[in-house]
Amino acid sequence: MKYIIYDNTFDGFLCAVFEIYELKLKDAFIRKEDIQLPSLFGDHIQVSTCETKAKRVSDKLEKLMGTNGFRKLWKAWLTEESHVEDCIFGTIRYCLEQQRNVLSDFGNLYVIELSQKLKMIEREKHRMEAFVRFQRTNDELYYAVIEPDFNVVPLLIPHFKNRYADQRWLIFDLKRKYGIYYDLFDVDVVTFGEAELQQLKMPGKAVFQEDEALYQTLWKDYFKSANIKSRKNTKLHVQHVPRRYWKYLTEKGE
Amino acid sequence: MNECIREKLNILADAAKYDVSCASSGSDRKNDNKGIGDASAGMGICHSYTEDGRCVSLLKILLTNVCIFDCAYCVSRKSNDIKRAAFTVQEVVDLTINFYRRNYIEGLFLSSGIFKNADTTMERLVLIAKKLRTEEKYNGYIHLKTIPGASDELMKEAGMYADRLSVNIELPTENGLKLLAPEKDRKDMIQPMNYIKDQIVQFTEEKKSLIHVPKFVPAGQSTQMIIGATNETDLQIIQTADQLYRKFSLKRVYYSGYVPVLKDTRLPSLDTAVPMLRENRLYQADWLMRFYGFKAMEIVNAQQPDLDLEIDPKLAWALRNLHVFPIDVNTADLQFILRIPGIGINSAQKIVAARKFAGLTWDGLKKIGVAINRAKYFISCKNSPLEKKEYTAEKIRQFIIQTSKTKFHAIQPLQHRLF
Repeated sequence: MKYIIYDNTFDGFLCAVFEIYELKLKDAFIRKEDIQLPSLFGDHIQVSTCETKAKRVSDKLEKLMGTNGFRKLWKAWLTEESHVEDCIFGTIRYCLEQQRNVLSDFGNLYVIELSQKLKMIEREKHRMEAFVRFQRTNDELYYAVIEPDFNVVPLLIPHFKNRYADQRWLIFDLKRKYGIYYDLFDVDVVTFGEAELQQLKMPGKAVFQEDEALYQTLWKDYFKSANIKSRKNTKLHVQHVPRRYWKYLTEKGE
Repeated sequence: MNECIREKLNILADAAKYDVSCASSGSDRKNDNKGIGDASAGMGICHSYTEDGRCVSLLKILLTNVCIFDCAYCVSRKSNDIKRAAFTVQEVVDLTINFYRRNYIEGLFLSSGIFKNADTTMERLVLIAKKLRTEEKYNGYIHLKTIPGASDELMKEAGMYADRLSVNIELPTENGLKLLAPEKDRKDMIQPMNYIKDQIVQFTEEKKSLIHVPKFVPAGQSTQMIIGATNETDLQIIQTADQLYRKFSLKRVYYSGYVPVLKDTRLPSLDTAVPMLRENRLYQADWLMRFYGFKAMEIVNAQQPDLDLEIDPKLAWALRNLHVFPIDVNTADLQFILRIPGIGINSAQKIVAARKFAGLTWDGLKKIGVAINRAKYFISCKNSPLEKKEYTAEKIRQFIIQTSKTKFHAIQPLQHRLF
């Protein structure tokens, strides 16, 4: 049994796939480099990431499963789950064996698991599209911080760019310490230093527009007024808005 | 000023919350003017959920709760002694835009009590939608409730700015309406529905021959009726819904379990529980008609005019029609697979896609998401059947109730008084 270790990038993962075929390995698992491996004695191979190799793999897969199909592999990978590589690689191997698109073969164990990961990431993406709460700052920036379960920030770009085309906005993932910023023309990935991060977490009141507090209050009021007390259903409420998301939801705050 | 707007919002959101429609999907309005908002995503977004578990997608408010009518079931009825308020046009525009920019909402659902007369009220609603579209370059969702009796011209103008229009039918039958809202006329509700439908057809026709035709209610029209305020059977309710879907091509019919808010001898008493379970079963029946290819008469009929509260309507249908089962998931058409209890639309589509590669087994079905504990009585697949015995409908029903956590058990104690 061999472990192929890669550098936590998707290109790195594709290079690990390349390596397995290059070395004709029968019994190999692909793992991220910071993961605890079960045995010290197992054979480890660290692959170095190389764009050319990654591209050869992606070209081949895109030919077999289409651009959208290939994108699904990447999306599942964004869940960052510790062994997510197994179902992605399992699907890739099955696809190469069959030399056709197998993504709708839900009777296959790897494919069905992949589709479950996709469902998880799509749900988290959808949640973030719902739960982002912008606050308007003095310099007309609408900014929001989030801590999604999975690395969904790259998936949020088209939705927010489309929708808020006429306002500058920033969505920052505090867990993964990077964000996306829209300057009225393009969206860029941004990172910050420690001091700025602290400010993002705990911005002073002076940062915000005067009417920001008013609209937050109005939104909280609205949330309360829209509730029908005689239909109270806490279980359903928490099922739709799990507690871990409450921290950044204006309406659930004090 | 701030206190004033807060009070207005509290009053006018509170009065609007009994309208259950929350959909923000189905429109195709894109942000193609570099303005704000986009209602073309296909899937709606629920930005939050209130503590009663209902989705918050739109800013749902009344323009005013002043009303010249005195409908028994309505909190805003003329004779009810409550605080009255009214937004200005600009206030509604500002609230919508500012909530939308902060990603609180998908759009606006605007309704109103009827002040002065239908046309004056409708005119004001249309003005708000027009301002949002033309002055604010707003492309988010707008749902306008049309006012019964408003002129065709206003209705048409509303359709040019709104994504969805709705006329509430209020109660499932004409008799119910006569009893609780004697001043309202069923005709005034049917007529605008018909008008909107005709307009939609006309715009769609024009679209075929012209390159650029303005949008007309791209998300179609919907309606709502109150359940449990009068004594209709589920058969009557489902028949009414079925007719509305077929005659007026409605996108949605909403069922609103009556929340007792007023003391009136014509209405259920104030301590009556909201019929939430019944409402849920009606929605399940509605889904069966819209997505699963069921006919209204297959769901309820004269012999069984009410839905079974203990089990869902699809299972109930299957138990009445055991002769069509077992269905072989590896060969049957999609429309038959959709009729198997425990298999939803997603699973059915996955099954049809997957079996092209290889026949499905019990294990495979389970992984796809089929609820085996219910489906096993009704299907055959690659392996030998899980349930060989020929059970009677009553036996299967008992097995399933015993082995599943039905909503019935969770809600039943609350609803006891109803039965």
